[in-house]
Amino acid sequence: MKKLSLFLALTLVVSVLATGCGGGGGDDAQESTVIKIGVLAPLTGGDAAGGILEKEGIDLANELYPQVLGKDIKLVYADNKSEKVEAATAARNLVDKEKVAAVLGSWGSGYSIAAGPVFKEAQVPAIGTSCTNPLVTLDNDYYFRACFTDTFQGVVMANYAFNEAKVKKVAIIQEVSNDYSVALAQIFTTKFIALTGDEKAIVANASYNSGDQDFTAQLTSIKNSGAEAIFAPGTFGTSGLLMKQARELGITLPFLGADTWETPVMIEMGGSGVEGCVFSTFFDAATPLTETTTIFLDAYKEKYGEDAEPAAVTALAFDAYLLARDAIERAGTTDGPAIRDAIAATKDFPGAAGIINLDENGDAIKPAIIKTIQDGKFVYKTTVNPK
Amino acid sequence: MDAQLMQQLVNAISLGSLYALLAIGYTMVYGILRLINFAHGDVFMLGSYFAFYAMTAFLLPWYISFPLAIALTVIFGMLIERGAYRPLRNSPRISIMISAIGVSFLMENLAILVFGGVPKPFPTIPIFSNIMDIGLVRVPTLSVLIPVTTLVVLFALWYILGKTKTGMAMRAVSRDYEAARLMGIDVNTIITITFGIGSALAAIGGILWAMKYTQLQPLMGLMPGLKCFIAAVIGGIGDVRGAVIGGFILGFGEIMIVALWPDLSGYRDAFAFLLLIVILLIKPSGIMGKSITEKV
Repeated sequence: MKKLSLFLALTLVVSVLATGCGGGGGDDAQESTVIKIGVLAPLTGGDAAGGILEKEGIDLANELYPQVLGKDIKLVYADNKSEKVEAATAARNLVDKEKVAAVLGSWGSGYSIAAGPVFKEAQVPAIGTSCTNPLVTLDNDYYFRACFTDTFQGVVMANYAFNEAKVKKVAIIQEVSNDYSVALAQIFTTKFIALTGDEKAIVANASYNSGDQDFTAQLTSIKNSGAEAIFAPGTFGTSGLLMKQARELGITLPFLGADTWETPVMIEMGGSGVEGCVFSTFFDAATPLTETTTIFLDAYKEKYGEDAEPAAVTALAFDAYLLARDAIERAGTTDGPAIRDAIAATKDFPGAAGIINLDENGDAIKPAIIKTIQDGKFVYKTTVNPK
Repeated sequence: MDAQLMQQLVNAISLGSLYALLAIGYTMVYGILRLINFAHGDVFMLGSYFAFYAMTAFLLPWYISFPLAIALTVIFGMLIERGAYRPLRNSPRISIMISAIGVSFLMENLAILVFGGVPKPFPTIPIFSNIMDIGLVRVPTLSVLIPVTTLVVLFALWYILGKTKTGMAMRAVSRDYEAARLMGIDVNTIITITFGIGSALAAIGGILWAMKYTQLQPLMGLMPGLKCFIAAVIGGIGDVRGAVIGGFILGFGEIMIVALWPDLSGYRDAFAFLLLIVILLIKPSGIMGKSITEKV
């Protein structure tokens, strides 16, 4: 009896496997009728909220423009699980197994930097959505991005601190294992010292690790450092928590940060602690920039409800998809180097988050928007144009 | 400076007692079964999610949600023991440990599937989020509540293990469960109870953690789990008082390293692992541990 049931179980397993393979074979046959675009994004883990916002934008773009070169575009999602090592594995999977024509993403510079060499080696062009670290595209002919870089963003925030917030002493808290955070802290420091002409303008410099949840020690040491503001570039979840703990410790100093903060999760996490923080970002839904913005906003509201406000990264992800599709169309092929050249030749491309022109590194030259949080909502403050 | 140092002490006590609470759970299961329950951190995660859903999905008040979450976690812990550890009772110890690691992965991935990978904010409970000002030092209610809970748990455990019949049976099982069985002790029930208590401790820790750091995600048990395992080893794994001491050493160390050397604050996690290596080199049985020669 036992042997019989074992045999039955085995037969079942084998037949399932066989049908599984059959299905796979069918896919291969259809290969020529679809063009695959890979998406590298953190869909689980600490940064998942960011990845999912970008997925919204890419899915939306795919629904509006589902075809290129007369074929259907098939999106292949690769989850980097909010880990750098996983990002390289996921990228390898997209390139080797899925054989995608181009890649979009990732949210989070660290993941893009980790995946970059894989795309370069395989000659598969990638378009970064909101990864702002300069190293993503530097020395990598196959990486482009739809957003500005931290070189610009860090300077914008230093200028804001000095000219608008009128502070002379700043404390910095950075996420030491996050390329994005470290680069911003460095660029901000250099610019802020230059602006104030004071070598000691950065009065405290504390750091924490990815995944840390207790910042009380760092914050306590900053409390009496004489700082007039705290620059804390980091991801939304951690930063929300950090600001909440700061308020609990009685620290009332203003917080300055950067683009990743524009994620609704940060307000949920930080509650009243995030009120009044100021950061730079890419896009403001209230001031449409191009015709594409209108198309994007209409489609977004139709899908997610009249009151839904798209995040900046959703708009950027939408743009990255359009950029890739446009380049494949112009290249007329799915050949990697040809698409690469087509992306590099992009000129005055109307994206939802503004006109896209790429510089020699493949970075978009765009204005930065400064926003704050008021009564649990993101509020537009001002726009800073690139020189 | 003094106010700042006092503030850091408050921070350290609150973090240290949280570590201690979790380390007790590790050490108790080890003390009785000689099993390092690697799934402890994930049971901790489960406890906080249960409390979260009781409060947000079923809109129950905290004083019903918390006991409910603890009860559910206890049942889950017992089921894990039934499914993953009991069948291996007579296998080499290493098999059970590998099974524990398997359970840990299974729970993490199931949690991603069921709860979703996006972090969830734990609701704020007004009476626990007060902050007292003592001089220049800010003391959140939780910073008092956590050490008190740890002390209560410690006392309760001391009572259960030392004064009750079940506790006596637990100690007998920890000595030699074959002999305990011969003496008429129902070993399976005792082990299930041990896991039940261990899971209750994990759930209490998970709920306190969630209230303090207000962020839930499926992998939240990973790092605390590892650190509290270290705390248990430092204190002498198997010894409940040792776990508390280990938890406090770890909490104080982590806070003070940042307080005294802000430049090194990024190396805070490294401190925990470094401490583990040092302890293993100097006193492998831990601070409170007795060195026992293993019978072969």
